[in-house]
Amino acid sequence: MVEIEAVRGKGAREDNNRRIPENGSPVKIHAHNFSFFYGDHLALRNVSLEIRHNQLFTIMGPSGSGKTTFLRALNRLGDLIPNTRHEGSLKIDGTDVYDSRTDIAELRRNVGMVFALPVALPMSIFSNVAHGPRMQGVRHQKELEEIVEKALRDAILWDEVKDRLSDNASRLSGGQLQRLSIARVLALEPEIILLDEPTSGLDPISTLRIEELLWELVERYTIVLVTHNPLQAARIDSRTAFFLMGELIETGSAYDIFTRPKDKRTEDYVSGKFG
Amino acid sequence: MHRSETLVQWSLAVVALSAIAVLALIIIFIFKEGSPIIARLGIAQFITGTKWSPTRGMFGILPMILGSVWVTLGALIIGVPIGLATAIFLAEMAPSRTSQILKSAIQLLAGIPSVVFGFIGLIILVPLIRKWLGGPGFSVLAAGIVLGIMILPTIVSVCYDVFKAVPQAYREGMLALGATRWQTIRMVVLPAARPGIIAAVILGMGRAVGETMAVIMVAGNATKIPISPLAPVRTLTSNIALEMGYAVGEHREALFATGIVLFVIIALLNTLARLVARVEKV
Repeated sequence: MVEIEAVRGKGAREDNNRRIPENGSPVKIHAHNFSFFYGDHLALRNVSLEIRHNQLFTIMGPSGSGKTTFLRALNRLGDLIPNTRHEGSLKIDGTDVYDSRTDIAELRRNVGMVFALPVALPMSIFSNVAHGPRMQGVRHQKELEEIVEKALRDAILWDEVKDRLSDNASRLSGGQLQRLSIARVLALEPEIILLDEPTSGLDPISTLRIEELLWELVERYTIVLVTHNPLQAARIDSRTAFFLMGELIETGSAYDIFTRPKDKRTEDYVSGKFG
Repeated sequence: MHRSETLVQWSLAVVALSAIAVLALIIIFIFKEGSPIIARLGIAQFITGTKWSPTRGMFGILPMILGSVWVTLGALIIGVPIGLATAIFLAEMAPSRTSQILKSAIQLLAGIPSVVFGFIGLIILVPLIRKWLGGPGFSVLAAGIVLGIMILPTIVSVCYDVFKAVPQAYREGMLALGATRWQTIRMVVLPAARPGIIAAVILGMGRAVGETMAVIMVAGNATKIPISPLAPVRTLTSNIALEMGYAVGEHREALFATGIVLFVIIALLNTLARLVARVEKV
């Protein structure tokens, strides 16, 4: 308990309000009447929302609410499933991600993603992080080393792995692996980072470290976090959207959502009546 | 209370053991029939002898060993790249419906009797080789091509299963980093699947070494060490099948001894495949 408190002491809670960008900061992600279908199944219905530059934006909702679908639409990872289609618009920096001219690989480099289950690509710790830049054509070893060190430092993993960068990445613990996944994304210097329930498989301390890390990263990145856990949304205390059965029920600051929800369904969810 | 349980257990054990007993009997029989001549000639003499002339009492099977090796290599050179490419396409690129249809088509290939492969090789491939490349047409090349096609189902289905076993999370992780589909296959899927691919190649190799009928029909069966891909060749299996009908005495023993050599080669290949597959799991 003491440790948790210690971690939390440095956490975001007390000073996060000033970190939430003013409404004046420019819009980064703009969804307008965005719907998404798997075959005949409507997974997202007419979602409209705005996410601003350097904003930490939390999407919460129970499973099947469409929150992951929304996230995977942002980097077109939803394309991997056959027979999907969308309606409405989903824009990043004013350009529709489904525009036929979109270079999907480029989009995905720019919109990094961290998955629920941390993935160690079957290679060393160093290569896991260096992989993205390598694919980008960075060949110079010195340059790669700098990128890897910076990414690992930013993901607060450097001190734990700096002496064993050539070890196979699968030997890291779950929490370390998830920070490695974040470092892998950071190495590509994206503008947006998507996190799909990044702490669902982690212990409470690792979870707090990741949550704390998000508040540091948001200084430089726009971050969209998906969680099925309202307590996590409350802890993170950022701008929050509540999804339910494919619909966006309401958006607001975590404070508003948790203390004076506008919709009865939001109230039931945050008070634990379902979920 | 557990009597019926015990009964089932024992009956199953008996059935299982009898299957193994049959294997043991085959092994004992081959060795009993074949080992005297190896003992008489000496193992080195038998394996490295280059003359096979039963009527003159000369039993050297080096030409057949090399014949099997060349033909099998030919089969791998043709079968592995095609099989691997097919498996990659089916597992990683084709829409699932296409993939299902093509996969069953390739499975069907495994069901075609080998004599049919041999026959097609005989009436199409052999004349083509004779016409365009020279030589008698009956050759290492012809046998390699026919066998290469015959091992395709093994290579494709084993590789396909191995690719499907590579966690989807690896692919998504790579794609999310902005990798193209081909980069994902090359950098993550193939390395992760490598032990399985090697096992597939070894299994295909075992099939190629063991195949008899199709090879007899297109290989020419000369008992000389093949000096070019266009030269006729006789494999270990062909040697047994061709001469078993009329062999007596020492000649018959020599054919069983050929069987011993074949058996040892295939046992080694199977063990190798199993070892490689085990490395994969660690």
